[in-house]
Amino acid sequence: MAQIDYGALKKGGFMRQKQKGYFSLRLQVVGGNLTAENIKTVAEVAERYGKGYVHMTSRQGIEIPFINFDDIEEVKKELAEGGVKPGVCGPRVRTVTACQGSEICPSGCIDTYTLAKELDEHYFGRELPHKFKFGVTGCQNNCLKAEENDIGIKGGMEVSWVADKCINCGVCEKACREGAIKCTGTEVTLEADKCTYCGRCVKSCPTDAWEGNSGYLVSFGGLFGNKIYKGEQLLPIIHDKETLFRVTDAAIDYFEENANAGERFRFTLQRLGEEKFREKIKAAYEG
Amino acid sequence: MELAGIAIDETVDITDKVCPLTFVKAKVALDELEDGEVLAIRMNDGEPVQNVPRSVKEEGHQILKLLDNEDGTYNLIVKKVGD
Repeated sequence: MAQIDYGALKKGGFMRQKQKGYFSLRLQVVGGNLTAENIKTVAEVAERYGKGYVHMTSRQGIEIPFINFDDIEEVKKELAEGGVKPGVCGPRVRTVTACQGSEICPSGCIDTYTLAKELDEHYFGRELPHKFKFGVTGCQNNCLKAEENDIGIKGGMEVSWVADKCINCGVCEKACREGAIKCTGTEVTLEADKCTYCGRCVKSCPTDAWEGNSGYLVSFGGLFGNKIYKGEQLLPIIHDKETLFRVTDAAIDYFEENANAGERFRFTLQRLGEEKFREKIKAAYEG
Repeated sequence: MELAGIAIDETVDITDKVCPLTFVKAKVALDELEDGEVLAIRMNDGEPVQNVPRSVKEEGHQILKLLDNEDGTYNLIVKKVGD
């Protein structure tokens, strides 16, 4: 048997198992979506080369356990024919996760799947000092747990009241969970500093008298492993993708340039102090 | 019957249900109405009043008013809009 290059295998998503010569093969999934064809292919590979089952990972991935080292090339080929690629492990950008977002979910403020695919195209597999995770969630319900990622993106809406459309029904005052909206019967007021951009006033208003300008709330430095930290939102809501990608580029470049090998983003920020990083992403935000 | 000057055709009380059955009960009551008829839905403060109006809107009906009964309940006045 040839010498096994575990490093190369891990990069290609082959996770070494306890059982000698076997790997759990991690697949590339973007935003939690797979086609029916993808799934059929995965099922066939799991039956033929694995033990007839798959494992769903905590980050929307699929792994096929019990792939024999000797079958790796064939397995890769069969998966590729069904449009399925191996995922990655190790010090690089991992699976970009997403909830179903505004295309499917009534609560969604942004199209999470499209954004997840774009993030995947930009960053997936990029070599870095340590693992780096992106997660995209459509709204404040946070089904996708944005802040546990190195970069989390959460959909929001900056809202404004349109007086001449309003019938003063009072629905929005109760829909707002932050107590930011007051309806006097003739007028509606918003306490902007209480607003979390959840968009519930927009979604519940029967006459579209609340207008919402969708955007991205970006958090940095989350992790949820041996140590647990909540990512922090360091910028105002971002309304356009160009700015969003300038900011994510700046953050990931900062990590690449400054992190020690094996150091998660949060600890780089802690070691160097957040001030420098804040300056850097503020500059990117302002263009 | 009239509430806040609006003529009401039917009423339904969903204060005995919890989410998601609050909306289910309201939806069944709306299904039984004719187009253009007006339903008063009595619901509890908290989650029902946060969420039910929005669900009613998403079903395509027309919300006219939310009335605070000042006893921890609200009446949502809805005009049925058919398909």
